[in-house]
Amino acid sequence: MAAFRQIFAILRKDLLLELRSKEVLTTMLVFALVVVVLFNFVFDPGAEEVKVTAPGILWVAIVFAGNLGLSRTFAREQENGVIQGLLLCPIDRSYLFVAKVLGNIIFIFLLEVVILPVMIVLFDVHIGGAWPMLLLVLLLGIIGFASVGTVFSAISANTKSREVMLPILLFPVTIPVILSSIKSTAYLFAGRELSEVWSWLRVLVGFDVVFFVVCFILYEYVIEE
Amino acid sequence: MNKKSIEPLYLLLLIVTFLLMGISLYLIFIVTPTERTMGEVQKIFYFHVPSAWTAFLAFFIVCIASIVFLKTGDAKWDKLAGSSAEIGILFTTLVLITGPLWAKPVWHVYWTWDARLTTSFILWLIYIAYLMLRSYTADSERGARFAAVFGIIGFIDVPIVYMSIRWWRTLHPSPVMAGNEGSGLAPEMVRTLMVSLVTFTFLFCILLMFRYKVAMLKSTVDYIKSKMDS
Repeated sequence: MAAFRQIFAILRKDLLLELRSKEVLTTMLVFALVVVVLFNFVFDPGAEEVKVTAPGILWVAIVFAGNLGLSRTFAREQENGVIQGLLLCPIDRSYLFVAKVLGNIIFIFLLEVVILPVMIVLFDVHIGGAWPMLLLVLLLGIIGFASVGTVFSAISANTKSREVMLPILLFPVTIPVILSSIKSTAYLFAGRELSEVWSWLRVLVGFDVVFFVVCFILYEYVIEE
Repeated sequence: MNKKSIEPLYLLLLIVTFLLMGISLYLIFIVTPTERTMGEVQKIFYFHVPSAWTAFLAFFIVCIASIVFLKTGDAKWDKLAGSSAEIGILFTTLVLITGPLWAKPVWHVYWTWDARLTTSFILWLIYIAYLMLRSYTADSERGARFAAVFGIIGFIDVPIVYMSIRWWRTLHPSPVMAGNEGSGLAPEMVRTLMVSLVTFTFLFCILLMFRYKVAMLKSTVDYIKSKMDS
């Protein structure tokens, strides 16, 4: 029980901070919209291939904006020595990790919930009855990404090049999750059978679990002073 | 440390590797029959596959050395991981160069965004990022820890590269090693490949030993320099 209370306390701090500044979420959202608009120039308007590429555009927007959010949330931790304060707390480091990952997942998921309707309107995507499934994919797609991102944002913030380093570290490593998210979403957009979606969802869940567990174990080595 | 001569172990390894290279080249170009449909270009196979194997081995060592480093905190494991990653990139680069050279006459394109090719390319990017991370961290003790963490997480992707050609449909032929019955390779070719694999593994060991030694010497020099400055 104490673990849940501790995790919740840190999570609450992060959410409250964001609720008051709205800094991360707005930046992420606007950036994601910019990415979507930029992709519009790649294809002819109304072309049939836009529907095929819509899942890819959606996920590129999500991971680009997610990357931005991840580096921002950790940078905020460094201001005024917040991270030192957190490290001094009598909390297990892995709970700290869980709280951070949960915070990042919530931020990126909120972004997704806003950006998805925009995508549906702009690219004329038909989802039909696959709503709950799509939300599940959107959630599962960011668990592995946020886990690795939480560890790597702590790493990149301590390098000479700061935030620049994060996408270089994060994107190649998380490609398995990004790829399986795109494939699952594409199958859902195309109205394919659930069993087909499951073939990629399985891969996605597998990587989520592996990335989460490995990052959970390794986090303490990253934030150690 | 012996200043004048190369240590006997190095010398022995050097000689063995040199001999193996001669034997491999002889087997590849003189003894082994030329493949019927692809012709001479198929000889790249005996360099392409061992390079890939060596790269996997190198990245595996990066992962293991990183784990041991995090457990023990002994800097020599960090040096070993860094050295192994550099050589791994070298061999991945060789894979990415020999692959297109082979693909052009056979598939009529240098590159296709096929699962195996893409994942190999990603692997190369991961370890480039690894080396960048190593050079961008100012504080070396902490940097070593970061590199170790990244080396372990990055290695998660390595098995996927190997498995990718079984999971996805691809142009790339089935793996020969630990492989499928359908690889359809003549026994002479398998033999030559095995010899070539052993040769590349020896080459890797030599490169790793020398690179590791240089890394250790460099840290000694850095230490002496810092002593002299203070």
